[in-house]
Amino acid sequence: MLNPLQKLNPKIWNDDVEQVPIRQGFGEGLLQAGIDNEKVVGLCADLTESTKMNLFADRFPKRFVQVGVAEQNLVTTASGMAAMGKIPFVSSYAMFSPGRNWEQIRTTITYNNVPVIIVGSHAGVSVGPDGGTHQAIEDIALMRVLPRMNVIAPCDSIEAKKATMALAKLGQPAYIRLAREKTPVITTEDTPFEIGKAQVFFSPDGLAHVGVIACGSLVHNAMRAAKKLEKEGIRVKVMNLATIKPLDVPAIVALAKETKAIVTVEEHQVAGGMGSAVAECLAKQFPVPIEFLGVQDEYGQSGTPLELVEHYGMGVKDIIAAIKKVMDRKN
Amino acid sequence: MLSDEKILELQTTANNIRMSIIEALLEAKSGHSAGPLGMADMFTYLYFHALRHDPQRPDWVERDRFVLSNGHICPVYYSTLAHAGYFPIAELKTLRKFGSRLQGHPHREWLPYVETSSGPLGAGLSQAVGMAISDKMDFGDTATRRIYAFLSDGELEEGNTWEGVMLAAKYKLHNLTVAVDYNNIQIEGYVENVMPLAPLAEKWRSFNWHVIEIDGNDFNAIDSAFEEAKTVFEKPTVILARTIPGKGVDFMEGDYHWHGVPPNAEQGKKALAELRTLGGKIKSEHQ
Repeated sequence: MLNPLQKLNPKIWNDDVEQVPIRQGFGEGLLQAGIDNEKVVGLCADLTESTKMNLFADRFPKRFVQVGVAEQNLVTTASGMAAMGKIPFVSSYAMFSPGRNWEQIRTTITYNNVPVIIVGSHAGVSVGPDGGTHQAIEDIALMRVLPRMNVIAPCDSIEAKKATMALAKLGQPAYIRLAREKTPVITTEDTPFEIGKAQVFFSPDGLAHVGVIACGSLVHNAMRAAKKLEKEGIRVKVMNLATIKPLDVPAIVALAKETKAIVTVEEHQVAGGMGSAVAECLAKQFPVPIEFLGVQDEYGQSGTPLELVEHYGMGVKDIIAAIKKVMDRKN
Repeated sequence: MLSDEKILELQTTANNIRMSIIEALLEAKSGHSAGPLGMADMFTYLYFHALRHDPQRPDWVERDRFVLSNGHICPVYYSTLAHAGYFPIAELKTLRKFGSRLQGHPHREWLPYVETSSGPLGAGLSQAVGMAISDKMDFGDTATRRIYAFLSDGELEEGNTWEGVMLAAKYKLHNLTVAVDYNNIQIEGYVENVMPLAPLAEKWRSFNWHVIEIDGNDFNAIDSAFEEAKTVFEKPTVILARTIPGKGVDFMEGDYHWHGVPPNAEQGKKALAELRTLGGKIKSEHQ
């Protein structure tokens, strides 16, 4: 059942659950952060509308910098502005930022230690028809390897709005990962959010057999899988790991201790991503069998988001199969 | 116009800075020689004349900002900061050593007197552009803090530099003054052979910058260029400063092999003797 403490959307299981792009939540969050603090500025590399930074840019044109199609310049200019006391948000597609400008992010943002927030939209294979060139499935790995970088992958638009507003107050380098497509709204305005805190969204009655840790829009698939397995008597706990760095180690270890079997689900290469972060933690703290769902060392292609998520093994049936497999492994 | 006394004072300071560069490199046993010596006059002019700063208050909000983009010439940056009073000159001998604030390339956390960390080339101009845009955002055309950036010619081969060039022109950053160390050397040879930049002035002009070409080892020329930059309101200014790599040490001057290596003990002794006597112009009390 839904964890009542999280005050989730009661319509989550319905066919008519609200569908909103995660990036929309970022746009609204940045607008609010801009209203709350005049130091917040926005920079964009010619993708203002698609990354939803237009909500901020239209309201605060003087605090918005259009750098053109130049992602290296995007982050280095932002670094200079942060050095002068601004709180810059820089947006583009995740494939280009942090895809193209990784070294500039490393040297001028994290090594330099200035509070720039990198907003990578259109992440994952669910970008769809644009194809493999535009599907960032390496960005979590690229960002979480950097010392000082905070990494957040919100599960829906409402969480993205809260995360954006929280990042504006963080005072540290950060990366926030957004998806293009409309996805189900899982949380509500009343759902708690805190950077660095994992949340259990779905809990069975009694101790869980398997823990599923998911991030981004795939949290919804994980919850649907858990709900379906309820009927088969398989008890699954689903954790929304919105903050991939810093990792909520106590929450992950507690889930592993309870279930002794973990499945991770992310729209990202399994190498170096969220699942890897979980594995690094558990290998040290409490080793248990883990199944990693995500893209398995290949590139994406054109298709509908649904086709692609299922083709690359991140659909509800794939999650169910992984849960059963990891149960077998622990027995 | 600088007075004759001021020029002599700057020349003396620059010479002391050059000696500190050699001494630091001798201790470090690695590092870059040619660029730092060539840019000693530009750094001296900046920190001992042009820049609004206060070594006693390094975090003074109203200070001008200086960005060194080609971080590898940091021996001249560190030596200048030490001679300006930011930290003891003796500390220069810790250059590149374990635990030293004087990292092989500058890091703003190790050494808070530098505004940015640099080393990987081509990223400094954009950071300076960000600083200048930030001030224009807050103060508009009345922005008075100047943002200075020093670049190398070699790093003009980086695409990131030209992205910053375009953005600075778009915002008509009158509060930004950039100087390029046009010494025509980089690690693998002469810049014009590795990747020709000429006609460099025309390139910058066509990107809507105000361009001034000078002898970067001549204080009068440096002064008039920096003063001229302050009078240009409608665009950012770049000073193409032709410098002699290895300036002041005869056997290093103009030779690209000195780009990325330090002198050995014997060469260092010779270099220091030459600097001490201003190339034989004065007798040193040590001889």
